[in-house]
Order: sequence, then structure tokens, then C-alpha cells
Amino acid sequence: MAMNDAGAAGPKTADDAPARPAGMPMLHKAIFGILLIFLLALPFLVYPIFAMKVMCFALFAAAFNLLLGFGGLLSFGHAAYFGGASYVAAHAAKVWGLTPELSVLAGTAAAAFLGLIIGALSIRRQGIYFAMVTLAFAQMVYFLSLQLPFTGGEDGIQSVPRGDLFGLIPLQDNISLYFFVLAVTFGGILFLYRIVHSPFGQVLKAIRENEPRAVSLGYNVNRYKLLVFVLSATFAGLAGATKSQVFQLASLTDVHWSMSGEVVLMTLLGGMGTIFGPLVGAAAIVTMQNYLATLGAWVTIIQGVIFVIGVLLFREGIVGVISRWLKRPL
Amino acid sequence: MFELLGIPPQVLLGQLLLGLINGSFYAVLSLGLAVIFGLLNIINFAHGALYMMGAFVAWMLLNYVGIGYWPALILAPLIVGAFGIVLERTMLARLYHLDHLYGLLLTFGLALIIQGLFRNYYGISGLPYRIPDILSGGHNLGFMFMPNYRAWVVVASVIVCFGTWFMIEKTRLGAYLRAATENPVLVGAFGINVPLMITLTYGFGVALAGFAGVLAAPIYSVNPNMGADMIIVVFAVVVIGGMGSIMGAILTGYILGLVEGLTRVFYPEGSAVVIFVIMAIVLLIKPEGLFGRAA
Repeated sequence: MAMNDAGAAGPKTADDAPARPAGMPMLHKAIFGILLIFLLALPFLVYPIFAMKVMCFALFAAAFNLLLGFGGLLSFGHAAYFGGASYVAAHAAKVWGLTPELSVLAGTAAAAFLGLIIGALSIRRQGIYFAMVTLAFAQMVYFLSLQLPFTGGEDGIQSVPRGDLFGLIPLQDNISLYFFVLAVTFGGILFLYRIVHSPFGQVLKAIRENEPRAVSLGYNVNRYKLLVFVLSATFAGLAGATKSQVFQLASLTDVHWSMSGEVVLMTLLGGMGTIFGPLVGAAAIVTMQNYLATLGAWVTIIQGVIFVIGVLLFREGIVGVISRWLKRPL
Repeated sequence: MFELLGIPPQVLLGQLLLGLINGSFYAVLSLGLAVIFGLLNIINFAHGALYMMGAFVAWMLLNYVGIGYWPALILAPLIVGAFGIVLERTMLARLYHLDHLYGLLLTFGLALIIQGLFRNYYGISGLPYRIPDILSGGHNLGFMFMPNYRAWVVVASVIVCFGTWFMIEKTRLGAYLRAATENPVLVGAFGINVPLMITLTYGFGVALAGFAGVLAAPIYSVNPNMGADMIIVVFAVVVIGGMGSIMGAILTGYILGLVEGLTRVFYPEGSAVVIFVIMAIVLLIKPEGLFGRAA
């Protein structure tokens, strides 16, 4: 059936230009450099909590994009890793009294484990079924988050203490926490960049473009798919765990299916399969939510409209279009 | 009466009935998804939102126009189906040449819009819809109390499911449909208007969701979120059953409803996740689904 072809081909992305042989291209270096300088100044320009929220979602979207844009796998359940990690990290900081970096690590490890189990089951189906399976498992994680004894039900885990980094550096004030979050998210995004441009990333693109051919070339496709799934879940977890330290909260919002939809939207809007697209998409969506928060249900409607317009008219996304103008992969 | 593992039979049968009711909705909804998927190759994420819309249309017909339950049972699916046809013609039809995942993303966006609009105007508290007089009350069957309306839901869903099955598997129209599922280009070459058939199929599948919504209106309160939670479970049902067969989609829906009901008796905490656990097991043992064709 036609479905098999579709599952193998994956979404068409803007990143079709051949990869440069070695090292990071000058353009990318320049963009990352400018971004870093901008982010170092940012907490003195805007409310630091807002900036940290954007960075957490940027990492989340970048992790999701690794799976969709480069692996060609549409997971509709990434909230499970994002929110699951935030619960574990919040629990670790509040109940076990771990330091922030260990709490974040605990949350990330939990997300990796969850990704391993769900990924191993989900990659047994392809294409549309894969999306439905991941969504269903994420809903299961949602119900567990609602019912398990340590998650606090509807309340979530509240007033998580901000500890001292490595037991030495206090993170109670927003500015010092900001630089911790900056280091984690920026480092995570650079790591994802490295994965995409590694030989592993090249094999992923080959599988995305033509799975049967990758199989015939001798690649164990399922192992690659599982690994990219686990990596994506891990970094989504890193983002969620960090967010729980910022907001001192783990709640059902972060494991709900609408969160899974939001990260898809960020990636679609920014440009799937691009390096910088998810960051732009995350910044745009979080900013929009921030300014339109008073409009209530309209935020959902506007997100739906962006989805529809994005799919119908604007499939390359913002960075995808810029990348086409510049004739350079971004 | 006998007792089973310390569970009084009234409780057991009551939960089984509740499970059968839920199963009726799973069956009608997964049937609609399967019909749409068969021809369009997309998963209709808006299915839950359109199910909710069916319930709301019935409520609006009653409260704004004064049209009661029985006409609404026909009218609401027609209205929802017509709405679906507009969606298909104006949006979905533009995506057929692309990866099918875009259809999923588009219908997800549509679901957000539809749910958001209803939430905006009607809140999330839920609106009551009265059971029609002729079906109010119930019968005492001796071993349990059977509310008339719930019995009607099961009967109506069975009629609709098997009517659809008959139409697709046993009639000439259904034969065209099945042929177009296999090879749309060839069927078009025989002079059959395939694009029209696709449009009508989407309209029909969506109308089934609207019909389920009207059936659900008197049982669950009419609520903008009623579809969102339902659709994810129905997705799991569809993965378990596999969408290759119409009968498979129907049977899986009823069976899983019953299993959920049984779980509620013996292990209430697990009832919310039991279908997902079954999905995991099916993925391990028979990834293509119980009734699915090998991929």
C-alpha cells in the first residue's frame, strides 16, 4: 500500500543541500555566536523567567526536530518525555533534596528510559500509525502522572526548591539561574547540532529519504530509529527537567497531549529539518502565548489557525523560507 | 444469585453495560476513521472534535430551533457531514499529493480551532441534554436495572455499524469504494468519479462521528472537551484492531469497551490505561493489529 512509501519517505524538508564535509560552516558559527552574545545580554533586557521559558522550549523543539526533521518520524507524544522528566526532576529536588544539576540529570535519565521503552514499541509501526502509537503512549503517561502517588494529582508538584548548583553556587535569584539554564539549553542545542552533522545524522537522513535503500545498503534501520528516538526523548527530557527548576513546578500541563501538539507547531512554524527553525518557532509561540494569555481559548484557536495555514501554505516554515532565499542550509 | 470473585453480579453487569456503551462509541468512531483512512489514507485527527460538534449541533437544534432528539439524530450527522465535505474540498484535497502526515497535522489544527471556538462560546462546564421521553426510565431485568436510553445506544450503534459494513462489503457502491481503496487510478479509468467518491467518503465518515455525538449527548453532558479525550483512546483502538478491515474496526471497538468495563470492576485504577497496555502488548505480538494486513 501507498502508506509504506509515505512512512519511509518522511516529510519533505528544507535541508536538501549536500552537507559540508567537515566542521561547522562559518555562517552557522556566526549565527550561534551572535545568538550567544544576545542571550548573555537578554536577562538584563527582558524578564529572566520569560527568557528561560523560551530557551527550555527551544531545546524541546530542537530535540523534537531531531526526530521529525532529520529522522522523518512524527511523534505526537513528546509531552511524555518533557513532562515526565519535569516530574522526576521536581521530585528529586523537593523530596530527595538533590542539587539542581543532579535533579535535572535524574529527570533526563527518566526521559531516556521512557523513550527507550516507548520507542522500542512505537518503531514497530510506521508513518501515521507511529504518530498514533506515540500519542496513545503519551496519554498513558498522562494518566499515570495523574494517578501515581508521588505526582500530586491535579496539583502537580509545587514549590520545588531551587538548590545550590554543585552544592556551591546558589540559584535562588533569577539571574544566576538564567546562566545555568543558558548553559544547559545552549549546550544541548549544540550537542543536537553535532548529532545531526555526524555520520549517524547522515544515515538518519538516508533512512528518512529512502528507507528500503538504507536497508539494502546494510543499515540496521530499526536500531538507528530507536537510537534517534531515545536521543530525542532524552533532550526533550533535559528541557522539561530544566523547566521544572525554573518554574519550581511540575504539572499536568507539561504531559498533556496539547503540549505534544505545541512542540509540533513550534517545529512546523520555524521550519522542520532546519537547525535554527525550532528555536525561532519556540520563541514565536512562547511569545505569542505570553502576550495573548488574557484571551483564553483564543490562544488555542490561533494555534490551530497557524497549524492549518502552516500546513496548507507554509510548509517550509520561517527558517526554511530564509534558507531558500539565502540558498544555504540553516 | 451467584457471586464471582466476591463481585456482586449487579456490579459486574452494570460495569459491563457501561463498557458496552463506551464500546459502542469506540466502534462507531473507529469505523469512521477506518472508512476515511481506507480511501484518503489520512488519519482524521478532527474526528473527536466533529463527534463533539455532533453533540453540540443536537443541543443547538433543540435550544435554538426547537428541533428534538429524533430529527436531530438525522439532521446533526448531515450538518456535520456537510461541514466535513467543506473541509475536505477546501483544505484536505490540497494535501493528497504530499506525505500523509500533513493530513494528520492539518486535521489536528482543525480540531484545535473547532474545540477552541466551542470552548470560547460555551465554556467547559458542559450543557445538559435531556433523554427523549420515549426512552426515559428503564426496565428491571431481574438481575440488573437496564436504562432504556443505554439499551438504545447499543442497538443504534450496532445498526449503524453493521449497516455501514453491509454497504461497503456487500453492495455495488461498496465494491467501487473497495476498488478505489486498492487502486484509485484504475478505478478512475473505468469512468468512476474518484474525487467525488473521496469527498463523499470523508463526509460519510465524519457524519458517523456526528451521529455518535448525538447518541452521546444525553449520556455525557455536551462538553467542548468530550471529543479530545475520546479520540486518543479511539486511536489506540484503531492501532489494536488495524484499519485494514471494517469488521475488525467495529469488533475491536466493542471488545475493548467491554475489557475496559471489566477492568473497572476488578482493578479500577487501571481502567484509564488498560487500552494503552493492550496496545503495547499487541504491538509486541502482532504489530500490524489484530485484524490488520501485514505491512
